[in-house]
Amino acid sequence: MRRLLLPLLLFGCVFLVPEVAHAVRISELTDSTMMDRAVRFFTFRDASLRNALIGSMLLGICCGLMGTFLVVRKLALMGDALSHAVLPGVALGFLWNMAKDPLAIFIGATIAGLLGAGTIQLIRNTTRHKEDAALGFVLASFFGVGICLFTMIQNVPGGNKSGLDKFMFGQAASLGRGDVWLLAVIAVLAVGTVAIFYKEYTITSFDAGFARSLGMPVQIFHYSLMLLLAFAIVSSLQAVGVVLVSAMLVIPAAAAFMLTDRLGIMLLLAAIFGLCSGAVGAFFSFVGRNLPTGPFMVLAAAAVFAIALFFGPRHGIVSRWWRQRSRSARVQRENTLKAIYHVLEGNEFRSEHVSLRELAERRRETLEDVQRQLTAVRRTGFVTLFSDAVTFTPSGWQRACEIVRNHRLWELYLTNAAHIAADHVHEDAEKIEHILGEDAVRQLEKRLNYARRDPHGKLIPGIEDISLGSIPQPADRATGFGPAPH
Amino acid sequence: MQQLIPPFDWHRIFVQPWTTDFSITIWVVLMGFFVTAACGLVGNYLLLRRMALIGDAISHSILPGLVLAFMIFKHNSTWVMFLGAFSAGLLTVAIIEFIHRQSRIKPDAAICIAFTVLFALGVALMSSLESQGTIHIDAECVLYGEIAFIPLEPPTVWNGMEIGPPSAVRMGIVLVVVALAIAVFYKELLVTAFDGGLAKSLGMRTSVWHYALMGALAIVVVSAFEAVGAILAVAMLIVPPMFAAQLSSILPVRLGLTVLHAGLSAVLGLHLSVWLNCSGAGAMVVAAAFLFVLAWLGTMAGSIRNRSLAVDRCSRDENLPQVRSL
Repeated sequence: MRRLLLPLLLFGCVFLVPEVAHAVRISELTDSTMMDRAVRFFTFRDASLRNALIGSMLLGICCGLMGTFLVVRKLALMGDALSHAVLPGVALGFLWNMAKDPLAIFIGATIAGLLGAGTIQLIRNTTRHKEDAALGFVLASFFGVGICLFTMIQNVPGGNKSGLDKFMFGQAASLGRGDVWLLAVIAVLAVGTVAIFYKEYTITSFDAGFARSLGMPVQIFHYSLMLLLAFAIVSSLQAVGVVLVSAMLVIPAAAAFMLTDRLGIMLLLAAIFGLCSGAVGAFFSFVGRNLPTGPFMVLAAAAVFAIALFFGPRHGIVSRWWRQRSRSARVQRENTLKAIYHVLEGNEFRSEHVSLRELAERRRETLEDVQRQLTAVRRTGFVTLFSDAVTFTPSGWQRACEIVRNHRLWELYLTNAAHIAADHVHEDAEKIEHILGEDAVRQLEKRLNYARRDPHGKLIPGIEDISLGSIPQPADRATGFGPAPH
Repeated sequence: MQQLIPPFDWHRIFVQPWTTDFSITIWVVLMGFFVTAACGLVGNYLLLRRMALIGDAISHSILPGLVLAFMIFKHNSTWVMFLGAFSAGLLTVAIIEFIHRQSRIKPDAAICIAFTVLFALGVALMSSLESQGTIHIDAECVLYGEIAFIPLEPPTVWNGMEIGPPSAVRMGIVLVVVALAIAVFYKELLVTAFDGGLAKSLGMRTSVWHYALMGALAIVVVSAFEAVGAILAVAMLIVPPMFAAQLSSILPVRLGLTVLHAGLSAVLGLHLSVWLNCSGAGAMVVAAAFLFVLAWLGTMAGSIRNRSLAVDRCSRDENLPQVRSL
């Protein structure tokens, strides 16, 4: 994974972006001047535009990587608190020589961010306040100090103060060459650190106790992550703004979290999502005449998150709902099969057919309901339906046998092995019969010594019955279902 | 540096506001007190429920509510704005619950996603309106408000009497309502905050109280919003209750300390902002945080002293048998 991560990220940078950009280009842009702007965007002629775009994409990668660790460590609001806490540092960095010097601002903001992280830790250790109060305190009070400093700077005559207000909501167009270099260095640092210490970060994120027992310096890894986080926040501030940096940290990572269970893939996806949202944000900000970049980046990321939230293949809401629906439909079908089996068994398998009426009586439902259920079952090819009579197909017989066998085996197992009274085991078996796999059934059979009768004295269908292919005929002695041989 | 921090002038900072500029000062201080006290009273219950950052979320996400209400109704009367902001606040809580319940996303990430997306939507809408030239909302004003403009509003007139600036009057009413509500529903709020299970067994509807608290929070934050902005409203929700909790563990005492802290930080903040010539709301937050730090250091010193006293006593007790044996 570690070896894969770096080339894949580079691959993403080189090939994925034109893909996205193309998709945006063919979308409709009616305004001709907007069109011009869009064309200008994609020809990459302006140096400032190139800076803005590259900067936005780099910060997307940094934020995506760091955000992944925030999300899996349940520290999402730490990003929010730190991004507000760096504001006084930005102001002090500006005051250093009254100019927007990227390095001075970077150093000041990083120091403020680390101070904020330290204060959170200190409040948690020395007072009875909980995590949320500590985060809120640092967020609000540091921001208050920052606002005081900013309003004081406005009153100071002289100095190049333009662009300082961009720290609130972000403006990628204000990124200079120095800012982009800084972002590039941070991005390389973040990717490099994560790639080299991938195993260590994984273990400390998921099981700090285990990591400690292996002799890893957990605290060092935690603080190095916080340092990288502060770097990512500070370098992204100018393009995204103080308030929305936390969104760029958390949202791409949360979208990736909805799509995968593996940390490596999650890191990769989060970086890609961050990169794409950065590019889209820069595009809209440029096309719409210097609109703030941050909000559009966040909205792009939010669109990705919404898609992942609803349509993620395993954890998405819609796909989960769909799975649940199809599962409950299957359970319903299997219960109908079981009811047919019970009716046949009640007749001692004298006839191959079951009438709708018998079935409805057995299930205590109306004829229409039974009719509807049978149509659903027939669609899967388990039964055939001739006017009033229901007959198993071979596969239907097999499935019905399996369900009944699962049910009775489980009842027997619960009474024998778990010593539950025989009249209490039915409910549990009703649920488990649909999920028992073949391996589990083999084990159960073995443990129960291939028993033939369940606690209620009914026969458990065995492998011979299932392989019979149709309901037992009087001649089939092997099954035990036919009339007794004597 | 000389230009940044003006020289400390006792007369200008401490005397002038209360003599020549009294009519301005009094409303700034009163507004600051109303906001801090109302937010702080509600914040006490948030702190107990460990939901301090829900206030953060709501105060950010009312922005799109304000903008959308303006776009739909085309005028910015107080009630329209209030309605928009209030529904946006409740929507935030609902989105957080939805993401948290329906997916594997943890609640902290859900909070972060909900409010940042709504806030981004608000800023995007606002800047597109602005670029069309329809309105001009000062985006930074949303974040940190401007408490110094409060006294400049044309005063509310009631029965031919001039009462004061409308937003200060409104905030005062909100504070009174919040205080009355806490007094009337004291028992219910107490039990639901500390022990949801007990509250259920006593027949209280915990979810109703949860949403009632969220509603009160939205009302307080919305009315505080224009004076102190989104983020400082968060500060006022969190810092005064933390101060109170640092000094006492008895809830009625905490509520009283919150109000005391509100008054102190409003006055201190005013003087700080006069001295440094900076944002009034920001200075009040700095003052509030400073008071918390004082309380924190005080209790830390106290606990260290208590511990050393206890250690002394223990060592004395240990030495006793030896003394006796001598």
